[in-house]
Amino acid sequence: MDLIVGGGVVGLSIAWRLARAGQDVTVIDPAPASGASHAAAGMLAPVSEVAYTEEPLLRLGLAALERWPAFAAELEADSGLSVDYRAHGTLDVAFGADDLAALEELAAFMDKLGLPVERLTGRECRRLEPMLSPSVRGGVLAGGDAWVDPRRVTAALLAALETMRVPVVPRRATDLLDGAVRLADGEILTGERVVLAAGAWSGELADVPVRPVKGQIMRLRSPHPLLGRCVRGMVHGSPVYLVPRGDGEVVVGATQEELGFDTRVTAGGLYELLRDARELVPGVTELELADVVAGLRPCTPDNLPLVGEVRRGLALATGHHRGGVLLAPLTTALLQGEEPELAALCSPQRF
Amino acid sequence: MDELIIAGEKFSSRLIMGTGGAPSLEVLDQALVASGTELTTVAMRRLDPAARGSVLDVLRERRIKVLPNTAGCFTAGEAVLTARLAREALGTAWVKLEVINDERTLLPDPIETFDAAERLVAEGFVVLPYIGDDPALARRLEQAGCAAVMPLGAPIGSGLGIRNPHNIELIVESASVPVILDAGIGTASDAALAMELGCDAVLLATAVTRAQRPDQMASAMRLAVQAGRLARQAGRIPRRRYAEASSPMTP
Repeated sequence: MDLIVGGGVVGLSIAWRLARAGQDVTVIDPAPASGASHAAAGMLAPVSEVAYTEEPLLRLGLAALERWPAFAAELEADSGLSVDYRAHGTLDVAFGADDLAALEELAAFMDKLGLPVERLTGRECRRLEPMLSPSVRGGVLAGGDAWVDPRRVTAALLAALETMRVPVVPRRATDLLDGAVRLADGEILTGERVVLAAGAWSGELADVPVRPVKGQIMRLRSPHPLLGRCVRGMVHGSPVYLVPRGDGEVVVGATQEELGFDTRVTAGGLYELLRDARELVPGVTELELADVVAGLRPCTPDNLPLVGEVRRGLALATGHHRGGVLLAPLTTALLQGEEPELAALCSPQRF
Repeated sequence: MDELIIAGEKFSSRLIMGTGGAPSLEVLDQALVASGTELTTVAMRRLDPAARGSVLDVLRERRIKVLPNTAGCFTAGEAVLTARLAREALGTAWVKLEVINDERTLLPDPIETFDAAERLVAEGFVVLPYIGDDPALARRLEQAGCAAVMPLGAPIGSGLGIRNPHNIELIVESASVPVILDAGIGTASDAALAMELGCDAVLLATAVTRAQRPDQMASAMRLAVQAGRLARQAGRIPRRRYAEASSPMTP
């Protein structure tokens, strides 16, 4: 039996795929689906999020994005719940002349990598998204990017696990033993293999280079759809994104703060998000404020996840940083021995 | 290379790095190593000194001295408070004093900076204030007891280079504390120019951390600072309007 420590989008996905393949699994988490997965916006946007030093992460992201349509369809079939998967692309816009110059340079880099992106003028951006501010100078459309609602994804995963009678033990793991887990009350659960998928808390349970990176994120509610696709942009040098849901929700995120396990929502964090979001889409200030949370991304020194066996009886599936939702389907495949070339990029042995 | 001395402490590198903007800790680590820096500034407001695996661990591992800064402060009051927190958390009395006037330009506020500098010096801090390229203010801060002055070349993160080399020269001429060119560096020639103008050191972050290949740009900056320093000490030839044959009579 596999003991999955951590019931976020990664741990639950692994449990679901393994159970589907006929394996015996148990999930251990005192509060499933309440950490980074609860905060995340759910952008499946490897193309628009490409960065100069992160081509390996791009490869992982593209492979994961390819897996999402089938992953979502099977999950919806197994659970009977929608995950609000949408594939209308990400529009990356620039606000000032400086932001436009930076975006042009990034677009040239995307071209060099052969990524399917389209350059748009400010007017073309606003034809696609009329609620964008008239001062948007130009943009880049990554038409293949998609997004899901991570809260629906974890709800669907939990429902699918329940249907398959996979136990979800609502208790805290305190020690990882080979093939076994000690719980906070001293009880020991035994299996053949432990899979550590505890996100930002992974470093507390094993010697892994994972640190928490705080993100504050807010959810607004709109009676009419405000946007048709994900919009992200630089506003005077600081990044912000808006993710629209089918039910009228608009997610605005997210700060990146190196503050340990601090999860306080701060005035300054929300101010910066709203200030920048309002510059891009002035109409956001009319929306209802539905929810604000701070989550902890599990980050590694090179921003790549840690996936694979460490030794007999212990495997890792953690360190997904900003990409846990995107990378969940690929992570489950890597743990099942698929795509060895990509698995090598995520090898825990690299540290 | 001759040593840089700030408040009695010696450094063999004259390149001071910042950490903002790096895409990952690994990229930052590689860039810091390539830069050869021995002193690096970190923003106290965006950091939990107690957290494991943070940028502070990278600096400790590489034996790079930490220079806490007060980035994000708009008033002398906030800056003094941030410096005190840094001293308590990191056990260093050194502080790069940065008090910003407005969010768009991130230009330093001279009055708040001076006010904070006076108070911090009185509390025993080693104060390195970030200022505009203003020779008068630089002199006043030196008189107030600052350990160095850090005039900008251009706004933070702008990469516009040194917009007023004349003022930087004036600051250098009258200063008896180290002058550290801070902010505005875009590429290696900017860093070399700062040293040629007589600055004692260069502080930069964005030019490296947001470069397409940060470690390579860090190497370029290290070499540029060395080249500029050597050129300054070697003594440049006077500028002439017309040509002067280089190989006529004398050997």
